[in-house]
Amino acid sequence: MKIAIASGKGGTGKTTIATNLAYAAAEQGRLAVYLDCDVEEPNGHIFLKPTVDEERPITRPVPQVDASLCNGCGACGQACQFSAIVCIGDKPLLFPKLCHSCGGCVRACPTGALSEVPREIGTLRIGRSGQLGFIEGRLNVGEAMSPPAIRAVKAAAPVADLTIIDAPPGTSCPVIESVRGCDMVLLVTEPTPFGLNDLGLAVEMVSAMKLPMRVVINRAGRDGKTREFCDRNGIRILAEIPDVRSVAEAYSRGALIAELSPTYREGMECLLDALGQGVAR
Amino acid sequence: MKELVVISGKGGTGKTSVVAAFASLAKRAILADCDVDAADLHLVLEPEVLQRHDFIGGKKARIDHEQCMSCGRCQAVCRFEASSMTGPGNDLVSKTYRIDPLACEGCGVCVGVCPVSAIALESTTAGEWFVSQTRYGPMVHARLGVAADNSGKLVSTVRTAASDLAKQHGLGLVIVDGPPGIGCPVIASLTGASLAVVVTEPTLSGLHDLERVAELTRHFGIPTLVCVNKWDINPDLTERIERQSVAMGLKVAGRLRYDGAVTAAQILKQTVIEHSALGVSEDMTKLWATVSAVLEVERQ
Repeated sequence: MKIAIASGKGGTGKTTIATNLAYAAAEQGRLAVYLDCDVEEPNGHIFLKPTVDEERPITRPVPQVDASLCNGCGACGQACQFSAIVCIGDKPLLFPKLCHSCGGCVRACPTGALSEVPREIGTLRIGRSGQLGFIEGRLNVGEAMSPPAIRAVKAAAPVADLTIIDAPPGTSCPVIESVRGCDMVLLVTEPTPFGLNDLGLAVEMVSAMKLPMRVVINRAGRDGKTREFCDRNGIRILAEIPDVRSVAEAYSRGALIAELSPTYREGMECLLDALGQGVAR
Repeated sequence: MKELVVISGKGGTGKTSVVAAFASLAKRAILADCDVDAADLHLVLEPEVLQRHDFIGGKKARIDHEQCMSCGRCQAVCRFEASSMTGPGNDLVSKTYRIDPLACEGCGVCVGVCPVSAIALESTTAGEWFVSQTRYGPMVHARLGVAADNSGKLVSTVRTAASDLAKQHGLGLVIVDGPPGIGCPVIASLTGASLAVVVTEPTLSGLHDLERVAELTRHFGIPTLVCVNKWDINPDLTERIERQSVAMGLKVAGRLRYDGAVTAAQILKQTVIEHSALGVSEDMTKLWATVSAVLEVERQ
């Protein structure tokens, strides 16, 4: 079972829910793995404090030119849709940061002057937090495109009973890449106007991907609008985490709330059960 | 013309509340919401839309199902797993190939290998952007299409429109509400800006993300100020973040206290400045004084 934890708005508690769910599952003795797909700002390690057994570069293929074979025909520049190769005069100029690694230029080159070489865009960190498997992608600062790094994290994941995917905020390509192929999306929201607006956007995105979804309301209080919205759209709310200072403080110092008190740990176990039932249905 | 960009690295630290307050305090500025895939500034500033523009995003491949003979070459060459045999049948075959627009990156490799020329790259409308009027002046904002890509390109569109508008109105400042993270839309929001303000929070996540976003602003050579929001939640960590900021060559611009007025103002569609003159509003006023003084220096 693969569950992605997402939200439109940032800072609603994705990482809190994802790390605590993964921790609770592993404590139950389940074969669980946590994937940090928020490769721009990965924070799961702060809470799970994994021992990292392996670090390896995340690379993607980009073209290189063998000048002795290039006849300056310009076919590569015409093939590239991303301006990652521009032919000026009879010389191809490469802009590897713009490259989508589609391989189109290599295919277009009639003389075999182009080949692909790996370029590092980030780091994959693989380890364990107790019994829990841990994989994190970390995009190099200055790299624009995070989806290839997210793909690398997902590709490195072992088969597990439960895979928890911690997605980045927003509703565009990095989120879609993280959520793609999972069995269930858990949207974490907060009961504020910004939270509700962005929940609406996230719901539209998950609907477009035709995936089942559930909601957790974090910092829940008296506001009823989020509940109304979920009712109206037929989305089940599985849990509400109260707006209490101890939760905020635990987060602030990088502690898991499931370790804070048995109540929260049981809450996480209930949430896991509810998600499992949702997927089985 | 100066561009002030408010970013955070970590999401949900209070960027939009800060930008809304700056709008109240700056008076003569153009506002630009560059968080195009989860835009919220309009919820407070209630812009009246004057112009709507389609945003043409990247191209996507599309297969003409009448012509496809199901050879599967498109699937074989696609590196994005966008092509699969899920299309409707035709006179020749019972099933055809179909491109998943959510997976397609528009590289066109499939177009070149299709033996019957059944595939074409088509431009897609991937959202809308707006020029609006608010109670604090003109605002440019956008809405990325559902599950659309190319948010960086839409951010650039919004920024260009905002600076054109500033020139038209003879205004010297654009205030940009930036997206979270450090990837493509953040880079598109930052490049060439005059000053960045990073809003963070006193949590270990906030500190970690600040370090990465500060590395990004240094990479692009943009002067950067730091402000810790909800500083009193963890004063020790606030001090640590501020020391770390100075060590990274950033200037500390101020602190914002934790104040329930921030959410209360949001619910009433007010900026915190409009909501009350006290509490976090005082901190925000001080913060703006520091930020505008630095902008003034940068101007010379």
